[in-house]
Amino acid sequence: MTFVQNFPFFCIIISMFSAIISFILNGKWAKIVHYTMVAAVFVMSVGCLLYTHEANISYTYMMGHYPAPWGNEIRIGELECLMAASFSLIMILSVMGGSYHIKLDIEKSKMNLFFIQLDLMMAALLALIYTNDLFTAYVFIEICTIAACGLIMARKIGRVYVSAIKYMVMSLVGSGLFLIGLSLLYAITGQLLMSPAKEAMQRILAEGIYAIPSAVIMVLLTVGLGIKSGLYPFHTWIPDAYGYSTTAASAILSSLVSKGYIFLLIKLIVRVLPYNSVPGGQMENVLFFFGVIGMIIGSVDAIQERNIRRMISYSSVAQIGYIYMGIGLGTDAGIIAALFHVISHGLMKALLFISATGLIDSSDGRLDRKGITGAGFRNKIAAVGFTVGSLSMIGMPLFTGFVSKFMFASAATQAPVYKMIIAWTALAISTVLNAVYFMRTVIVIYTRKNEATPVVSDDSPAKSSSEEASSEDKDNFRNRYIFENAATIGLAALNIALGTLSPFVINILTGGLAIFG
Amino acid sequence: MGLTVFTNYEEVAAVILFVIGMMNLLLQANLIKKIIGLDIMDCAVYLFLAAKGYIEGRHAPIYIDNITDASYYINPVPSGLVLTGIVVSVSVSALMMALTVSLYKEYKTLNLDEIMMKLRNEESEELGKLTYGDIMEEEQ
Amino acid sequence: MSKRNPDYENSKWQHFAKWCTGDYDPLEGKMEIKKPAKSNNGNSFAVLMRKMWFDKVDQYELGQNKNLSLFNKAYIGISIILGIFLTILLLVTVSYLPEFGNANAPENNEVAKRYIEKGLEETGAENIVAGMILDYRAFDTFGESCVLFVAACCVLMLLKSDKPEVSDTYYEPGRSAILRPAARILVPTIIIFGIYVVLNGHISPGGGFSGGAIIGSGFILYLTAFGFERAGSFLSERFIKIITVLALTFYCFAKSYSFYTGANHLESVITTGTPGAILSAGLIVYLNICVGIVVACTMYSFYVAFRRGSF
Repeated sequence: MTFVQNFPFFCIIISMFSAIISFILNGKWAKIVHYTMVAAVFVMSVGCLLYTHEANISYTYMMGHYPAPWGNEIRIGELECLMAASFSLIMILSVMGGSYHIKLDIEKSKMNLFFIQLDLMMAALLALIYTNDLFTAYVFIEICTIAACGLIMARKIGRVYVSAIKYMVMSLVGSGLFLIGLSLLYAITGQLLMSPAKEAMQRILAEGIYAIPSAVIMVLLTVGLGIKSGLYPFHTWIPDAYGYSTTAASAILSSLVSKGYIFLLIKLIVRVLPYNSVPGGQMENVLFFFGVIGMIIGSVDAIQERNIRRMISYSSVAQIGYIYMGIGLGTDAGIIAALFHVISHGLMKALLFISATGLIDSSDGRLDRKGITGAGFRNKIAAVGFTVGSLSMIGMPLFTGFVSKFMFASAATQAPVYKMIIAWTALAISTVLNAVYFMRTVIVIYTRKNEATPVVSDDSPAKSSSEEASSEDKDNFRNRYIFENAATIGLAALNIALGTLSPFVINILTGGLAIFG
Repeated sequence: MGLTVFTNYEEVAAVILFVIGMMNLLLQANLIKKIIGLDIMDCAVYLFLAAKGYIEGRHAPIYIDNITDASYYINPVPSGLVLTGIVVSVSVSALMMALTVSLYKEYKTLNLDEIMMKLRNEESEELGKLTYGDIMEEEQ
Repeated sequence: MSKRNPDYENSKWQHFAKWCTGDYDPLEGKMEIKKPAKSNNGNSFAVLMRKMWFDKVDQYELGQNKNLSLFNKAYIGISIILGIFLTILLLVTVSYLPEFGNANAPENNEVAKRYIEKGLEETGAENIVAGMILDYRAFDTFGESCVLFVAACCVLMLLKSDKPEVSDTYYEPGRSAILRPAARILVPTIIIFGIYVVLNGHISPGGGFSGGAIIGSGFILYLTAFGFERAGSFLSERFIKIITVLALTFYCFAKSYSFYTGANHLESVITTGTPGAILSAGLIVYLNICVGIVVACTMYSFYVAFRRGSF
């Protein structure tokens, strides 16, 4: 075993270790440890990606001295490494972009606890990406849920507690369904690792016993993960959770956390329970159907929303719908399109949240569309970032959103005809709706205000806190713009890069999916 | 429907408890009752797992007199899973309790519906201030 | 700027611009009102607007209430139907599973067999479950300790306050005739029993989690009986933090070593020892101690956080 093959294991362990060590550090050092750790994870994931891409292999890594059906193991291939690399990149840029607001929203003595949540979130995402063991997946799903709740309620205002409770309730229902599905799967296969479970499953289905339990297990696992990632009928927690938490948390939650669960679901579909294997299992059609509804409803809700952060959150509902529609197409091309959209939506959403916060800050903390009129002239870089993100969301050529929409459309041609027609119609409608609410906002931010009256909202929390800070550390303002602008520019550049250099990424995704199962 | 539903009392009880717990978690307005529902749901899964591990007439999985015969002990895997699961549910309950305490300090009620009502009032008042605040300013 | 369109306010472009900025009139389409001249009415227009707005809010609330209760009823009805459906689904599934206590059920396969037959030889632990969770499936268990750790961090983040409540003496027992003498006897007994359970985790039922919970309850009893001042003298925040971090760090390094050697097929220096002795079973006894420390400290900090918010 070459040394490079150890990298994914190192990634998981150092992210857990940096969480542990941050418990006795102060906020500043915890932050430095966090940045170093995520950068190291990114470098190692890229190294491992190059290695696996070159060798075109997928290998298992034993966590301990015992081989597959007895000990834990992780499994590494190009696809996993690409996901880990892009997740760590988005993570570091989101935390950079939200660094000023982290300082504002979180008390100094609790800063290290916030970074512990971020470190463990990274560890849990990496473990969900790499693991080949169902029960490990459950444990890390719980870490991810608790850390996400910690990130949501880091900004200590009453409204955030309510959204955290809503998030926890929905998530716990999802985990409960996942856990009972897992127990039933163990009861009929006797295996907890994915690859042996697949073999046992195939044997069971060939013998024809346990047909109904396996269909029920499939439903339970899919619905559990669907609830946790915010699929349409279970999306009610999304706007609150993303809309009011601190910027870095919103960006990370929307672009990474739900994607970790989706990646696990794709892994389950490919490795354990292929949807077409179970007789009478119509799960992919159900996912397709709810994905399409989510695409439309999410956009319609976004149009009615006045608060721009909540508007962006509703757009997440629509984008999660796209991903489930891709999975629901039931073809490899559909899954590749969904995986590509996982990455591209992560880049777009992080960019939108960060630049929207930049715009809101330059408008005295006003969150509604009227309040941010003309913000494009006050904070130019944020406005450019927002425009790039919006164009990408709508699906302009040259931006990454176009590539994913194109991939969904072309994947739909391989599906049954009725699905193709529905998917194309939904894509067209959703594009128009996206254009309506994103272009409207872009027009507003580039409209000059008629009268230059300062807006009065004497006791809004955002403003009072920003005033406090400005008296406290005026020098940090320049610093803040450096970090936020760097993150905005970086994410915008990545959006364009992924839009123009997509063949390379699609190549890795296709090759990785072929050896994923 | 198979016939074992009349012999698998433990599993039947477990799934019924699971649904009861889940419905409590979803439908109760009182936050403490929600947490109780959560615990019932988790415990039901552990009951299910423990029932799956049991084998008629065998012993607990701790070596007695150095007998290492697989047909002498019950299946140890579900016990391990239950052990792990209990710690997870303890952590989650503690977190939910802490959230409940914070919410109570903020809104002085444990009823989630009332809290939502207060929030909605707050929100529309803020909206009103944002929309008409500047008119007021102009007039004065 | 030569000619101003008289209908400018009602032009399509203006409507569009208004819609863009989210600037809307709540009374639009409801009734016809004219904007009164400023000079005439002073600030009454604004007052009127505000009044209309907040009246509307109240109406909205009331109307919402009726709809809300209807919606709630529908929601509860649908949920109950879904619940019954889920129960039936799960019952049907259960009815296809093998019988309770059946030795030929699918889960009693080669996996469980090896844990039992080779467990003593490979891990050295007499307690098969301890050997399984701390050696065969150690990654899960490490994750589980991290769940406890992250939950403790979340709870501290929520409830920890820098200035403790001064009136905590309300909860203090004072000079209780029963509590203190009883605690004097019980606390050492409980803690020693907890240590016994932790140390014998690989030989008998028990282990780090159960033993740690027992030790933690001993700490809590001590705090309840003797108050924060005496408990804080050795269970200070700093002490708890450092000891937790040390335990988790040891756990992390020990397991990393065994994962690394295992995956790279290197010889591990850890031996299993004589089964049945306290210091046997390789790393399991040390890991149990670490887990015990983490659990005891976490339980104690949960209690402190909920009771007062600071150590």
